[in-house]
Amino acid sequence: MGWQPIRKDPSRWRVAPNLPDYHQARAEFSWNAVRRELSGLPDGRGLNIAYEAVDRHVDQGRGDRVALRWLSKEGQVEDFSYTDLRDRSNRFANLLRNLGIGKGERVFSLSSRIPELYCAVLGTLKNLSVFCPLFSAFGPEPIAQRLERGDARVLVTSERLYRKKVQALRHALPQLEYILLTDSTADQPDNVLSLSRLLQESETQFSIPQTDPEDMALLHFTSGTTGKPKGAVHVHNAVMTHYLTGKYVLDLHPEDIFWCTADCGWVTGTSYGIIAPLTHGVTNLVDEADFESERWCRNLEEQRVNVWYTAPTAIRMLMRSGLKPREKYDLSHLRLVHSVGEPLNPEAVVWGVEALGLPIHDNWWQTETGGIMIANYPAMEIRPGSMGRPLPGIEAAIVHRISESEVEVEDHPGCEGELALRQGWPSMFRAYLHDEQRYRKCFAGDWYITGDLAERDADGYFWFVGRADDIIKTSGHMVGPFEVESALMEHPAVAEVGVIGKPEEMIGELVKAFVALKSDAVASEELRLELLGFARKKLGSAVAPKEIEFVANLPKTRSGKIMRRLLKARELGLPEGDTSTLENG
Amino acid sequence: MDAAAIRGIIEKGLLQIAPEAEFDDLQPTENIREELDIDSFDFLNFLIGLNEELGVDIPESDYEKLITMNDLTAYLEEKLQ
Repeated sequence: MGWQPIRKDPSRWRVAPNLPDYHQARAEFSWNAVRRELSGLPDGRGLNIAYEAVDRHVDQGRGDRVALRWLSKEGQVEDFSYTDLRDRSNRFANLLRNLGIGKGERVFSLSSRIPELYCAVLGTLKNLSVFCPLFSAFGPEPIAQRLERGDARVLVTSERLYRKKVQALRHALPQLEYILLTDSTADQPDNVLSLSRLLQESETQFSIPQTDPEDMALLHFTSGTTGKPKGAVHVHNAVMTHYLTGKYVLDLHPEDIFWCTADCGWVTGTSYGIIAPLTHGVTNLVDEADFESERWCRNLEEQRVNVWYTAPTAIRMLMRSGLKPREKYDLSHLRLVHSVGEPLNPEAVVWGVEALGLPIHDNWWQTETGGIMIANYPAMEIRPGSMGRPLPGIEAAIVHRISESEVEVEDHPGCEGELALRQGWPSMFRAYLHDEQRYRKCFAGDWYITGDLAERDADGYFWFVGRADDIIKTSGHMVGPFEVESALMEHPAVAEVGVIGKPEEMIGELVKAFVALKSDAVASEELRLELLGFARKKLGSAVAPKEIEFVANLPKTRSGKIMRRLLKARELGLPEGDTSTLENG
Repeated sequence: MDAAAIRGIIEKGLLQIAPEAEFDDLQPTENIREELDIDSFDFLNFLIGLNEELGVDIPESDYEKLITMNDLTAYLEEKLQ
């Protein structure tokens, strides 16, 4: 913690921050007051995310404002006003209704960042169906697992992604009735339909039905240490957190141009790439292309981005490129930079001051929390390396488990323990779909146990220490070692596999597999590449290992469980310690 | 070095990252990263590898021009002249 705090002087800023005094805001906070800043559906019909994000701006006379500015890979710019977005999402809602897709039924996406995707998300929410985004760099196995576990009825995707990743597994997914292709004008057999044709035939008028704030809205899959991925269920009430964090953390003002670089396939890309900015009526920038240092800096300049929300991997790639964005590009419109995905190293926070002219504000949250929970706020001093302080309305603590149902709160500053949140905030996940037992295990008494280890300093700033389990955090997303191990085990030469996250400067951790071969197989460079390709074909680049090392055997407990922590300790050259305490035999 | 030799070196580099790649299916004008499922981190390492293999300096400011097989081959051909 040897870094100097970064102090700020909001009185000199051209835009006054929404949260000038953290302690005062916490003391006066009430969720009811937040609810009053939202509109609710007309005639008291409840609370619907899509209405708060889009329609209410039109109803209140702001329909002409640009809601979505889309940059294609090729560099075209296309604007969609709030009125456009209302009409297009209405068409999608009508399309679902015409197909017989109703309340609570799941609509999935597997798509690059194109405007149709945004209209599909909002249209799904209007129809009270449930949206579940998938990351397009998943391979066929993670995709099929999630479609199956999430009871997908509809999948919105492109012809190429469908052909490469879904078609071959379709027979195993009988519930998946419709495939809507974003780039096909003609229908194909097996209910593979042209999205553009269906949209054209759908009305632009749609009345959002009565929406209970507790109605299921979004489903986000996240990886666990063991077993299959978990589908975290979120409800329409989550929009309260999206709105509040947009206000206090991102500090959005109605005239802002906001850019969240996360892909919609992850929770950040939905909560902050779609919902939070739109609830504030700002212009939300979407770039179809992936990270490229010059392109991103040019976007900041040309699109006059005011608030930028990005990820540590991108920041570290920018740092590595040697590019000094501020010297080459006009970043005078940029007011705030935020980061999420994994802890941002202090060097990167401070690099922002030099290279962007602004410090980078780290924040912390998870798929399960639905929105930002702990943050560095614009008007609050930054302690580089810290995730900041809990959002007003959120109580965070460091706890120690006493039993399955009890925890003890750690009151002493600087003591490590599990990071926990007092349950009951609006965007808290309401279930792991079809897995009540795993859901219950996340709670002890009043607390949601996050699975992250952290400590809190005397002034209430939280500092990330590590994961309490074996989940790998790579390029800001979670990979479950079990998923990777299972895929590699399917190769005929493989006897055993142990998968760990190996620390890597740029992407946090990289997925590394230790493989023990069957007695008739011989370790070779050819076999290593074969296994790498084998895993990539099944899992896709987002999940597959980047390193494979052959070992004679893997350390195991007496019951035969592979000791991943021991593998990791060996990889890092750390003392292996008392192995009996690592995992129970 | 002619275009075919350069293409061979590019393919060799890509196979280190995506050993399952089938170059017969990759059109010279298609987006390499998209078609072969290569993320930003792997693509960066691939370009660093090319840099070392060919002794050609590839500044990061040029990365955004290197999208397709045609782009890469033409770029390296010019640099190697």
